[in-house]
Order: sequence, then structure tokens, then C-alpha cells
Amino acid sequence: MLSRVANSIYWMCRYIERAENVARFISVNLNLLLDMPSEKGKHWEPLVLTTGDQELFEKKYQNYTKEAVIEFLAFDRSYPNSIISSLAGARENGRSIREIISSEMWEHLNNFYLELTDVKSQTMALEDPHRFFKIIQMRSHLFTGLLDSTMSHGEAWNFARIGMMLERADKTSRILDVKYFMLLPHPDLVNSPIDNIQWTSVLKSASAFEMYRKEHHRITPHKVASFLIFDSQFPRSIRHCISKADICLHRIAGSPEGSASNLAEKKLGRLKADLEYTDIDEVVKSGMHEYLDDLQSRINQIDEVIGTTFFNLRPLIDVSTNDQQQSTTTNN
Amino acid sequence: METFRTYDPEDYYDELIDDTGKPRPGVQLLVDKIESLPEGDLAMRQREAEALLLKMGITFNVYGRDEGTEKIFPFDIIPRIVSGSDWQQIENGLKQRIFALNEFLQDIYNGKKILKDKIIPEDLILSSRTYRKECEGFTPPRGIWCHVTGTDLVRGRNGEFYVLEDNLRCPSGVSYVLENRQVLKRTFPQVFEASHVRPVDDYPTKLLDMLEYLAPDHVQSPTIGVLTPGIYNSAYFEHSFLSQQMGIELVEGRDLVVSDGFVHMLTTKGLKRVDVLYRRIDDDFIDPDVFRPDSMLGVKGLIEVYKAGRIAMANAPGTGIADDKVIYAFVPEIIKYYTGEDPILASVPTYICGNDKDRSYVLEHLDELVVKAANESGGYGMLVGPHSTRAEQAEFAKKIVAEPRNYMAQPTISLSRVPTIVGDRIEGRHVDLRPYVLYGEEIYVQPGGLTRVALTKGSLVVNSSQGGGSKDTWVL
Repeated sequence: MLSRVANSIYWMCRYIERAENVARFISVNLNLLLDMPSEKGKHWEPLVLTTGDQELFEKKYQNYTKEAVIEFLAFDRSYPNSIISSLAGARENGRSIREIISSEMWEHLNNFYLELTDVKSQTMALEDPHRFFKIIQMRSHLFTGLLDSTMSHGEAWNFARIGMMLERADKTSRILDVKYFMLLPHPDLVNSPIDNIQWTSVLKSASAFEMYRKEHHRITPHKVASFLIFDSQFPRSIRHCISKADICLHRIAGSPEGSASNLAEKKLGRLKADLEYTDIDEVVKSGMHEYLDDLQSRINQIDEVIGTTFFNLRPLIDVSTNDQQQSTTTNN
Repeated sequence: METFRTYDPEDYYDELIDDTGKPRPGVQLLVDKIESLPEGDLAMRQREAEALLLKMGITFNVYGRDEGTEKIFPFDIIPRIVSGSDWQQIENGLKQRIFALNEFLQDIYNGKKILKDKIIPEDLILSSRTYRKECEGFTPPRGIWCHVTGTDLVRGRNGEFYVLEDNLRCPSGVSYVLENRQVLKRTFPQVFEASHVRPVDDYPTKLLDMLEYLAPDHVQSPTIGVLTPGIYNSAYFEHSFLSQQMGIELVEGRDLVVSDGFVHMLTTKGLKRVDVLYRRIDDDFIDPDVFRPDSMLGVKGLIEVYKAGRIAMANAPGTGIADDKVIYAFVPEIIKYYTGEDPILASVPTYICGNDKDRSYVLEHLDELVVKAANESGGYGMLVGPHSTRAEQAEFAKKIVAEPRNYMAQPTISLSRVPTIVGDRIEGRHVDLRPYVLYGEEIYVQPGGLTRVALTKGSLVVNSSQGGGSKDTWVL
């Protein structure tokens, strides 16, 4: 398939996944606030911290109020990682490859974006935020479902899945990174109700709470981190995402899993193996933040190598690729 | 809701209602259906149709506004109905016309017999901005130049059809014909079924057949692409729609590269050869080596490969000379010259400003005439005399005197009208008709075409870029 098209479908899915993750962060935060009314007012700042874009926020907004944070994360077009910017990016990419994706996918994506740009959306986001951010998540899920059930699982689909999986792995690592950083400085809180609620919220950010409970029952920071990084079956764990991305990547080149026919497969395969043969004790020993930071930069490298392997046969001319890479989250 | 009972065709030819206020043959069913709708139902169906178009993303981009500004092409749900006998004349006339124009193109770039026989003044051709010296001595694959044409027709007060202009370069709009039909099938299913409307959905198949027909002989299953300027082009939706319907690649200039004497696409698995391009980029931008060197849209070296016969292109570069608005005046002679027949479809009388006598007539009658620049499209560079101010006329007079070759003028034709929904009323609005013609192994005319409607009361300008809309066209 055309390199440009592969690039667009990859980014379309990354952007959708990104929009969904922002909605997740906000959703979970809203729930948290209901449980801890005394914390009101303190809890919007960490949300922006999770994104790594405090500087951008503070340039434009005075205080970390609910209104300002929701405006920034959901509707601010000048913020490249807001829900609306992500969706605009997804739609723009989708529009350039309408002939490749199914019309169901396109119509859903188009509608998703158009309704979000409606003024009514802003009102709803402030007046009934629980419902609003749930809708965003469900629409993203619907898109993923349409991707799986209306589009042939060929090369284009494999690129779509890689984009989605890499973005998801990156976001799960960020949730964990920030929460770990925020929660650890208070050892006296360990096993207190607040701590439990907080770690529950971490799990909920990744829709992982129920699946975690079935696996581990008791909530401990160690096990939560282990579940989100290393669980082999949970669909939002980093290991699971990387492993799925690896399968799709091998399908594209037609090379057997476990071998590597290009640089992208080498880099991704190596990360996959590391995730299979590392455990949480090693991570804690070497430092959680350092580990996650390294993981994110390896995901970024994989993204770059996929670009040079498949998308940028003529890198000087391919302006759009550069644009899109600039707007990926840059954290730490 | 004002219904057809009180509808007044006034002093115009109305496509649906005759002088006595009765529906024309074949229209009765539709009128009955609309009359029987409960209060407000028609307006509701209209809104639903518009919402559907927006949801489906059937939009066009507006030039000169922010990048990415998209609008739906306004769509009116009352169809325009064309009788079988009217259509027969149009179809025959278009086949004759396109055949002759293709002969003309071949001749003008190879031998120029028509100039030597002094049917057309030589300097008129050689001075045209759309004449491509680069194409001299070249014969495109299968001898076809104009593979896809959209010819604009209008109907005057007397009910006769006239050709207003031919569009042989990159005519657009056919995707709206197909999509409007989808929407209208949902809007008036019963009437539609009972009226025996001729289908239009065959078009993508016919287009694909034609493109395959152009492929070099030795190529077993050709790789075909639609070449688009990209998502900011006003017709991008159409480019993407057609390539999707045909299941072929949609490529931009940056996806293509010339290497080893062939044109290739850049794919995730390396280079892949392309055999046929349906190009939707103007000549000027198609190859920076040959035409405009600053073009970012085209493909460097494409023309060389094309001339070597290693890639086919529809439409052929150079076709623009046949739809120059000044050459238009000579089409009746062109038809006679190459076919020996009289034109089946009439042309509008035309004054050529490059001609001294015509020019002085035009300058004296600017308030009555429509003046057009030879190579503009989309309703730009145009003066509609009866609707213009003195100042506008004076300004146009200056332009004409400065550059007479570039202007032609025609009497204002009182365009026919079709009942159209305006708020909660039905009013007559002026329309034209653009049927689409494909020239491959044989010549195919899509039954129907795009009816464009001037939504502003009294306006004669139907272009989408100037606030026009469209209607479904039913050929019975």
C-alpha cells in the first residue's frame, strides 16, 4: 500500500486512542472527586501533570480549576493533545484515506468529530461531565469495533493496530508514572482508605479495576504496577500492547514471529522480550520512574523506526509526517 | 406549505410544470406525492437529506477561506425530470460533439488540417493559454484525448437545449450525481420506484472500463490511480469517492516518482509501477519539468514517461484547447468539419472579443450580455450584464480592451426553472444540466447528470463556488 496511506491510518488510530485516553483521565478524576470531597480543588492539577504539558497550560490559564482543565484537555484547539485536536487529527487523516477505510468507520469518525465541535458539547462537558466523557470513550470503542469488524485484516488494518497499541502502551505507562510519583511520597498513607481509593483510580484509568480484582484481589502498589506493565492477558497492559503490535508488524512484512527482517521488527521484538523476562521487583529496584521513562523513549524510537521503514521513503518531501510527529506527547 | 397548486412558473420554461400549470408527462406521480405529504413533511425531508450529506461527509472545500473549510453542496430534494425523448436528443448530440472535439484535438496537435483549411483562425489557437506546444506530434493511447467530459447544457424559454460550455480538463460533480441519487432513493422511495428512473450507478464501472482500456497492451492487470492535488482541493471528496468506488489507488504527486523510465508509487514495500492515471490536476501543475516549475502537486518527469507510452493519462494533457471559451464559438464548424453532419445540440450565439466587429458590439451592449474570460472556470471572471452595475460594466470594458483575446460574450439566456424548496414554500429556481460523457472503447453518456440550481432568487449563476446547489436528475 502507499506509504502515505499507511502513515495516515497509523496516525488516525493513534489520535483516536489518544482522545480516548484523555477522556479516561478526566473521567476517573471526576469519580475520585466524588469520593473525596475534601480534596476538591487540589485534584485538577495532577491531571494536567499526567499529560506533561503543565507549561502549556500555565501559559494560558490562571488556576487549575475544573473549568480551565476541562477546557484545556478537551476543547483547546491550540493544545495539540486535547481531545478535539486529537480528533481533528484523526479525522483529517481519515479523510485523506477514505477510500481505504470502510465507510462505516469514516461516517462514525466524521460524526464523532462534528458533534464534538458543536457548542452543545462544551455545555454538556461542564454540566454533565460524567456522561460526556463516557460518551467519548464509548465512541472510541465503537470506532475500534468498526475497525475490527468492517475492515479487512490486511496491511492497512495491521498499521492501524500498531498505531493504536503503541499509543495505548505509552499512555498506560504515563498514568502509572505520574500516579506512582504522586502517591509514593506519602508512606504513612499506605493502606489507608485514601491510598486504596487512589490506587483503585489508577486501575480505573486503564479500565483495569475489575480484571485486576479477579487476578489479585488485594490492592497493593506493587501488584497494580505489575498488572499494568506485565500482565500478559489484560488488553491495556504495556506488555500486552507491545506483543500485539509485534504480531501486526510481523504480518506486514510476512516474516515469522521471533525473527526480525527489518529494524522496526528488531526494536519492537527486543522490547517485547524485555517485557516478557523482566518482573516488578527488578523495576522497583532500579526505580519505577526511570524504568517507565526508558520504556517511553523506546516506544518513541519504535515509532521513529516504523516511520523510516515504511512511511518516509522520501523524507524531505513528506511534510505531513513531520507535522504529526511534532504533536506527539512529549513528556519528561 | 405552499404546494404545486399555487406554484407559478411565471414567464419561464419550467422543467416540471407546463404553461397551463399542469405537471409535464412523468411528473404527475411526484407532484401527487408531494401534495399528499402532511404539513411540514417536505421541509423535514429536506432537512434530513442535508443532515445525511453532512454525516456522510459529502462536502466540498471553499477556496480562499481557511484551510479545511468544508461545506455540503446544498441539495434540493425535488428532482428535475427529463423525458426519454429529450434525453435521446441530448445523448446523440453529446456523442456527436465529443467525437468531433476529440478529432479536433488530434488534428490540432497533429497536422492542423482545420487551420490550413481556414475553418478556425490559426492565431486563435496558438495564442490560447491552454494550447500545449509540448503535445505537438503526439497521439495518446487509442487516439483518445478527452476521456471524461462534463458538458453544461441549458434550456431556454422556448424549451430548446443549448450547450453552454464543454469541460474537458478535470470536470467535477459526478460524485454528487451518485450520492444525490442515494439520498433521494431514501427520500421518495415509492415515487422513485414507480417512475422507472434510469440508473446512474453504472458510472464507476464504465469509468474503470475506460481507464483499463487505456493501459499499455502488454500490461495484464494494470495498476490504475486517481491523481488528486490532495485534501484541500475543492473536489477532493469526489477524487476519493471515485477511487473508492473503483477500488483503485488515490495518489498525490508526492506518492509518485519517476524511475527507470516508469512512474512508480511509493509503497510500504518499495516502488510499484503505475500504468494509468486518471488525473484530476490541471496541466499547469502536472509536471514541474514541463509546465509550471513551482508546482508541488505534480510528478517530475511524468510527461516524458507519458510521451514514451509507458503510462496513460485521462484526460490527456492539452485537451484544454477544446474547451477554451473562445474556441467554443467554432464548435458547430468543428462538428461539420469532422463529421459532415449538422450539430444536433445548438450552441449559444457567441461574440468573440478578439474580432473587431464583435468587440465593438459587445462593448456597446455590456448591459445585455454575459461576458466570460476564456480560461476561467467556476463562475469566476464573469460579468452578467443585466445584473451588473455601471461601474462593473466599465471595469469589464477596460479588461476586454486590454486583452480582447481572453473574452467572449453571449446573450443572456433565460434559463429554465425547476420548483425548489425555499424555506417552507416551493419557488421556481434557474437550473442548468451537466451530463458526463466517457470516451473509451465507445462513447458512454451517463443518463442524467448533475442539475445545478441557482438558489438565490432570480440568479443565473449555478456554480457551487458561487452559492449554487444541486438536484437529482431523473431520466425516464
